[in-house]
Formats: sequence, C-alpha cells, structure tokens
Amino acid sequence: MTTHEHEPTFRGTPPFPEAARSALANEQLRANLGRATTTIRTKRAAVVAERADWEALRLAGAAIKDEVMRDLPALLERLEAAVTAAGGTVHWARDAAEANAIVAAIARRHGATEVVKVKSMATQEIELNEALRQHGIAVWETDLAEMIVQLGHDLPSHILVPAIHRNRTEIRDIFIDEMGRVGRPAPAGLTDAPSELAEAARLHLREKFLRARVAISGANFAVAETGTVVVLESEGNGRMCLTLPEVLITVMGIEKLLPTWRDLEVFMQLLPRSSTAERMNPYTSMWTGVTPGDGPQTFHLILLDNGRTDVLSDTLGRQALRCIRCSACLNVCPVYERTGGQAYGSVYPGPIGAILTPQLRGIARHPVDKQTASLPFASSLCGACFEVCPVRIDIPEVLVHLRGQVVRQSEASHRLPTSEAAGFAAAAWTFRSPRRLALAERAAGLGGRLFGRRGRIPRIPGPGPIGGWFRARDLKTPARESFRDWWRRSDGGRGGPS
Amino acid sequence: MRIAVFITCYNDLLFPEVGQATVRLLRRLGHEVEFPAEQTCCGQMHFNSGYQDACIPLVERFVDVFAAYDAVVTPSGSCATMVRHHFGVVADLTSGDLPDRVASVAPRVFELSEFLVDVLGLTDVGARFPHTVALHPTCHSTRLLGVGDRPTRLLRAVDGLTLVDLPRSEACCGFGGTFAVKNADTSVAMGFDKVDDVLGSGAEVLTAGDTSCLMHIGGLLSRRRSPVRIMHLAEILATTEARA
Repeated sequence: MTTHEHEPTFRGTPPFPEAARSALANEQLRANLGRATTTIRTKRAAVVAERADWEALRLAGAAIKDEVMRDLPALLERLEAAVTAAGGTVHWARDAAEANAIVAAIARRHGATEVVKVKSMATQEIELNEALRQHGIAVWETDLAEMIVQLGHDLPSHILVPAIHRNRTEIRDIFIDEMGRVGRPAPAGLTDAPSELAEAARLHLREKFLRARVAISGANFAVAETGTVVVLESEGNGRMCLTLPEVLITVMGIEKLLPTWRDLEVFMQLLPRSSTAERMNPYTSMWTGVTPGDGPQTFHLILLDNGRTDVLSDTLGRQALRCIRCSACLNVCPVYERTGGQAYGSVYPGPIGAILTPQLRGIARHPVDKQTASLPFASSLCGACFEVCPVRIDIPEVLVHLRGQVVRQSEASHRLPTSEAAGFAAAAWTFRSPRRLALAERAAGLGGRLFGRRGRIPRIPGPGPIGGWFRARDLKTPARESFRDWWRRSDGGRGGPS
Repeated sequence: MRIAVFITCYNDLLFPEVGQATVRLLRRLGHEVEFPAEQTCCGQMHFNSGYQDACIPLVERFVDVFAAYDAVVTPSGSCATMVRHHFGVVADLTSGDLPDRVASVAPRVFELSEFLVDVLGLTDVGARFPHTVALHPTCHSTRLLGVGDRPTRLLRAVDGLTLVDLPRSEACCGFGGTFAVKNADTSVAMGFDKVDDVLGSGAEVLTAGDTSCLMHIGGLLSRRRSPVRIMHLAEILATTEARA
C-alpha cells in the first residue's frame, strides 16, 4: 500500500496578517477554537491551582533546562554512551535532510513499506512523512488528532491537539470519506458521537499496529544519565507503536535532554497539568535501549539539531529551547484563539511558535523571509503566555527581541529607509525634543479640528496602518489644546480656566 | 514629598483631560504636583516595535527629567511598565551610567492606582460618581505591573458608583500598540469580543488605567454607535459630583 498524494506543507503560507485575515473570516473555525481553548484553559487553571508549589516547580523546570543548555555537548555524549551501552544505536543529524535520510535508510534496511508513527513534533518539523513517501514508504499517523489531520489532507493547527480546528461533524465526514482509501473503512452509519468516532479510529488503526514492523516516535524527554527515552500520551496508541513493532526509531531535538532521572520528577508534574490539564497523563512509556524478548529489538535514536545550536547562540532567545511542547501558551493566547494555528505557517503555532520558528529558521544568522519576519509581530504582548508557561519562557521578551532583529535586517537590506522606519525615525526625532513635540501636537490638534466630527475621526479609507485602524474603529480627535499647552497657559490649572 | 506627573505622550495629545483629572485629584488629596515640561515619551512604541536603539535618548531624557522627584505618578499602567520593566533593557544597550540612573529613578515611578493605594495609603479618595461602571484591568497593569485589585478597591470606595463584573476581564482587548495596525484584523476581532462583553455587562461607563486600551475599545464602541462611554480611572476618581 502506498500513499496516494503529497503531504501538505506550510510552504506558501502568506505573512501572518494576511493568513490571519482568511482565518478570521472562517466562522466555524473561530467557534471551534473558542470553545476548545476556553475549556482547556479553565481546566488547566484548576489543576495548576491545586499545587501550592507550582511556582517552585516552574523555577525548577526552567533551571534544569538552563542547565541542559549550558552543558549540552557533554550531556548529549553522555546520553549517547548510555543508549549505546543499553543496545541502542545513536545517530547525529545536523538538519532535516540528514535526519530524514537516516530514518529512510533504517526503514529500507528492514524492508519496511510502511511505518506507524507516535505523535511527534520533531518529525513534523522535518517533514519526515513526505520524505518517507518519496522513498515509497507509507506513514501512518496513529495519534487520533494527527490521524484526523492526515486523513483530511490537512495541516496541524495545535501542538497537542493538531485537529483542534475541527469539530465532531467534520471529523465524522473525514472518517467516512477517507478511511476506506487507506485501510479499514469507517463503520456504516457512523455518527459524530465521540465514542463512535473513537471506536472507528480504534478499528482502523488496530490493523496497522498489528502489521507494522517499524515504528517512529519523538521524545518528550531523554535522560542523559540513564539513556532512558520518555513519551507521554493520552490514548495508548503511542504505547502500541512503542511496543509492538520490531524496530523503533526515535527522532528527538537535542534540547529534549534532562540530566538525571530525578529531574523527571519536576517535568512529570509540569507537563500533564500544563498540557492536557490532567494531574497525570494516562500513558507514560519509558525505555532504555532494548530489552531482549520484550518490545522492539532494534532501537535507533536520532539526535536532531536543525537550527537548535543557532538558537543556543542567542543568549536571550535561547530560553525558547526550554519549551516542553505543552501548548499552554496556545490555549491562553487571544491571538491564537481567533486565528488558529495554521496562520502561523509552521508546525509550531501560537506564542511559542512565534519565537521558536523564526529562530529555528536562522533569524540570528541571516535575513528571513517575509512570513517568518511577520511572526514576532503576531502578538499584542498581553503576557498571558508567560504567565502559564511551565518553564517560564518570557515569550513577550523574546518577541520584542526578535522584532529588533527583524527591524535591523530590514534596515540592512534597504538602501533607503522603509516608510515604517522613516515614520519611527520621525517620531523618535519628535520625542527627543519637547518643543518639537509641542509643535507636532498643535499640528495634530489642528488636523483633528479639520477632519473630526463631534470629537471623532470617523473613517479614513486606504491601505497601510492608517486604513487598518479605521476599517472598524473611529479615532478620538487630537485635543484642541494638549496637556502641556494647558499647563503652561493655566499654570497647571491654578492661573486660569481649567 | 516632591511629586511629578508623567503625563505620557498620547494622554498629552489625545486625552489631556486625563492628565488634568490626575492633577485635580492629587491636589484635592492635598498634594501639589509638578509637570516637568521637558518630558516627552517613554519610548514604549519604539521598544515594542523593534526600534530599541531609538529608545536610548528617550530613556536618558526621562531619567534626567525625573531624577529630582520623590515620586513620579503616571496615569498609564502601560507606560509605567515600560519604565519599570523595560528601561533596564534599553539602558543595558549603552555603556556608561545609564543602568544606574534607571535603577535609581524607575522604582519611584508609580501607576496612579499604585500611588494612591501604596504611597498615599488611600482607597477612598472622596469621589462621587453615581453611575454603573465596568473595569478593564489591562494586561500591562495586571500581568506586568501587578497592580492587582487596587483599581477595584478605589472604584468600590467611590460614592454612588455601581461596579459591575466584566466577563473575561483578564482577556486582552487587542490594542497592543502597533499590533492594532500591523495586525488590524486580529486586533479588531479581539476588540469586538471585548465590546460584546462590555455591552453585556450593563455598564454605562467602561474605565481602565490606560487610555491606550480605551482608545481602541472606545473607537469600536463609537463605530457601533454605542452609548457606553469610556473614562480613565483618574477621571472617575477626580469627580466629586454627578455630572450630566
């Protein structure tokens, strides 16, 4: 059996404002997202509030991850030694192409024409499914939501719940239309009841689990001390992949390390509560190399860089590498809640995506494309993301830092200032002098009197920032008399009419 | 105590009545205030838009202008956040003594409700405002500055005022500085949800410690021809009698 068409990719996503505009026009999407994010954010708040030591856990989580960043080379070698000693094979992949080639070579060596996959962000990031398809290897996503996305020829829109943009009725329709084309069809008369949808998925996936000889996973954590790899999940489908096939290939970003087994204690508390709003997730699988007679007898671990060491070189931006992919920041983000994840044009959407994607794409080293450059601006800087982040990534701080990089790259690549840069320069020049500011205020006050009606400037059509404001908003007219002119004329309200 | 007001550039230009109310309120409470005319802008718009270098002269100006005061009061949680949280970042871009000067001045800068409650020790400022009011707590005031329930306590003590709950009050209104124009569609979508919550609250007046959010929400209310008025917290606290 082979897959019949290309896997969709995020390439070609327009810059965020434009992508967001299309998403905002989709009423169904906004309703699905609003409902889902509100539910999970409320549940998260409740389970986090149960822990009196939550802030201490966050601080510990951040400190452990910072330690990993400091000692990364030594810890990676320690992990390699421990995995190798336990019968596994460790590979090092500089980028997506190298990682994909390693996976494909292993799968072909074992004669695989198909593989089952545990939900994994790293393999989405490197577009492994498409790479394997080109080698004639069919890839079956077995996480329910990933399967919905794959069956629907769709793109993920959330880190934890990639099909969050779909409601039950849409999912039923996808199952009915698509399951039969790639395996066991959906049962006749399938309704959109969650139990029926889950049963349809179970039946469809079961035959793939039993047949597959090679499985591919990511990793939530890998313990350098012991060589243990850890995957947390809710469904048990991951456990099927991790135990039934003969060969297991794990692709993990190099930042997924933890120094010691004890460190898991902190993250096993932080991740489920932040992610699925559970005290503990239903399935936690841990394995150390191979165990004769039990589970996969061949284990390959691929350590993926793919831009991560570039992120590490930015002392402020590197905190993004603490991320444990919980998606709490997505669930509380007012921008994500309205636009959904696909508008971010990356497997990493939402606030964390807005700081991680540009960095993984090398913003610290070279100018980035317009879509990438738009991501750090896709935030109102409200700070809700930082508030919930279990590893205390100050996302607004990094967003502002990356905005600076975008501006400097733009300045370096234009011989003349852009209109925006000229505007900011003019404003800065005005603000450097109270006299110039007073003159500008008087001019604005005069303009307001010319264009305003009853204290409001109703509508100025047109493109650009001015048109953007006035499409749905009036603007208060600048005052006839600024505060500073009033103060001088009336001696601060003492000498004249206030 | 020598008190200065930092009026902020957009209050200066767009909402001078907010600055006047701040001065009137503090005077009524027995405190003379000064307006150092050399002040301009805190640089937040430049900072948050990626023009951090352009902030350096604005930060230098700010710490020079306000160095001599015991307290600097500003009717803006957002600008107070810029001074207290981000001035240090800008100062670190420079060599010399700017970081020290920032460290000396920034802790003396207070958002209005902080100044009233923490410095003056007041919650009842003697205001009378017989209207139904909802409070937009604002992201910068709550998440970054940590003003907590100070604005609520001040409003509850106002004679005649009925404070109604604003559903989902912690949600961002969508202003976000240049976000409002760079991502206008998303900003407006967020704003309209806020407007729906404001209209659903039954309030006659929406108040906040920041006119930036209010300018955005007010612009949407105005376009909808809603009778709900926007007023800065200072304007309500400065009022001592019912006005039409």
